[in-house]
Amino acid sequence: MIRLEEASWRAGQTAIVRDIALHVRRGETFGLVGPNGSGKSTVLRLVAGVLTPSTGRVRLDGIDQTRLSRRRAARMVAFVAQQADTAERVTVRDAVELGRTPWLSMLRPFGPGDDRIVAHALARVGMSDKAGRYWQGLSGGERQRVHLARALAQEPRILLLDEPTNHLDIHQQLSILRLVRKLEVTALVALHDLNQALECDRVGVMQAGRLVACGPPAEILTPDLIARVFAVRANYLTDPADGHRLIRFALSED
Amino acid sequence: MTASATVPVRRRSLGLSRLILGLAALIAALAFGVSVGETVIAPEVIWKTLSNQLFGTDYPLRPIQEGIVWNYRLTRAIVAAACGAGLAVSGVVLQALLRNALADPYILGISAGASTGAVLVMVLGIGAGALSLSVGAFAGGILAFTLVIGLARAAGSGIGLPQAGLIILSGIAGTQLFNALTSFVIAQSANAEQVRGVTFWMMGNMSGVRWPDVRLAVPVSALGVLVCMAHARALDAFTFGAESAVTMGVAVRRTQAVLIGVVTMITATMVSITGAIGFVGLVIPHAARFLVGVRHDRLLPASALIGAVFLVMADVVSRVIVPGQVLPIGVITALVGAPGFAVILIRGRRQRA
Repeated sequence: MIRLEEASWRAGQTAIVRDIALHVRRGETFGLVGPNGSGKSTVLRLVAGVLTPSTGRVRLDGIDQTRLSRRRAARMVAFVAQQADTAERVTVRDAVELGRTPWLSMLRPFGPGDDRIVAHALARVGMSDKAGRYWQGLSGGERQRVHLARALAQEPRILLLDEPTNHLDIHQQLSILRLVRKLEVTALVALHDLNQALECDRVGVMQAGRLVACGPPAEILTPDLIARVFAVRANYLTDPADGHRLIRFALSED
Repeated sequence: MTASATVPVRRRSLGLSRLILGLAALIAALAFGVSVGETVIAPEVIWKTLSNQLFGTDYPLRPIQEGIVWNYRLTRAIVAAACGAGLAVSGVVLQALLRNALADPYILGISAGASTGAVLVMVLGIGAGALSLSVGAFAGGILAFTLVIGLARAAGSGIGLPQAGLIILSGIAGTQLFNALTSFVIAQSANAEQVRGVTFWMMGNMSGVRWPDVRLAVPVSALGVLVCMAHARALDAFTFGAESAVTMGVAVRRTQAVLIGVVTMITATMVSITGAIGFVGLVIPHAARFLVGVRHDRLLPASALIGAVFLVMADVVSRVIVPGQVLPIGVITALVGAPGFAVILIRGRRQRA
């Protein structure tokens, strides 16, 4: 579904990500973890087509991303960036309706079908009752949910989320992640919280612009790897209530 | 505005009644513009003049009065309307593309650059005739805008669009530079009579407007508005920035190139006819947003109509406010526009707070 073939991206002379080889399968929720500045966002922006690889390739459904028209790409992939703000007095509904952009044209104006898709997207993120609210009056979590609804209104097959749980309270974090896992899309999600990454089908670990490990989270996120990549000590604990495993962290100096 | 449970009723129908109301206001403004002036002319004479010219009737009229109505006042009013519509739409487009409430062709130096280009043609006589004046203005406008954007990018991070403040500061620098260049060209090469003419023209002046100007201004303005309307959805997609627009399927570079080209074409044409008229592109879009909201399929036509009516009225005021003297129309728009600018600044601060 998503395939990166030795993709690199340079800003001037500095390589931000190098030789990323990654395959995200259809329908899977793939978590991308790594310290700040390790290149997670850059990988997402390469897949979204916001950036073009300096070398290597990004393929979506086998098609080179650079060969897709922007419109076709946007029908396939939706991207929720880390921070996208506006000073315009748009309502929640206005913002979500923007998601229909790649499906509309002068000959195919916004219609009742689009209205239903927008209403459905609003409902999925629990913002239906706030559709008439102005953007400026929303909390960080509500804004994040509006962006997700906008992405859903795009009806993508691939959903790219850059740290979608930032700014969210714990309930919202869990419900957003559950929603993403339930969606019938292929999701590539950059995450900070390694315990959340444990819930993904597979994870990729980024370090200094490279993908250093990739596979099922339980196999990949070993205490040893976490120590190497994140410079913290990690211990797996087991919840006595249900046997669920989770990671506890401590500074390695301690 | 407490945005609570009151979900606004959807107005997808584009508000046909409002459009008709706007067009009626425009026609009324044009009629007003033709009626008012130093010479008092009876409405009957105006009506008959229009009938004679448009429908080939043969009412007997005094040639002077008929001439004033048909060649002076009507042309002025139509060019003012075209100019107001064009500048207002330019402001909307620049504000959307740059995501900056303070963007307009005047502040970003496009008008100043176009003035320099036009003055070079006028004074140095590079080429001749109305078209080359506009071409000179277009070249100057594009050059100025390129420099302003370049400066803002160099001063900013280097990637993506520059910050809001930087682009305005760069615009001020560009405006100063090109105004200085214009003054330099005038001081170096113009004779006393040219200096007076050019100075008056630079402040925005409609006195010299005749039918050939109408035939240039109206098509450019109409074409410009139509092209921008065709990009209304793309402009909406810029709400959350250019990167977000890309991911929603907008060919951002092409859209930016086309629309900035169109805006510069409109501005350059209007500058070459009337000189640089400030603040229309800045204040009118905000007034229109207040009335019809931020969606461009409604905002663009609303801005065009309000801009047209506003500039026709401003022209009337410029002709009658000081008896026996015609003020440059730029003085009137600045008198309205500067306080408008201040209001936008203050409201912007409140929004950021």
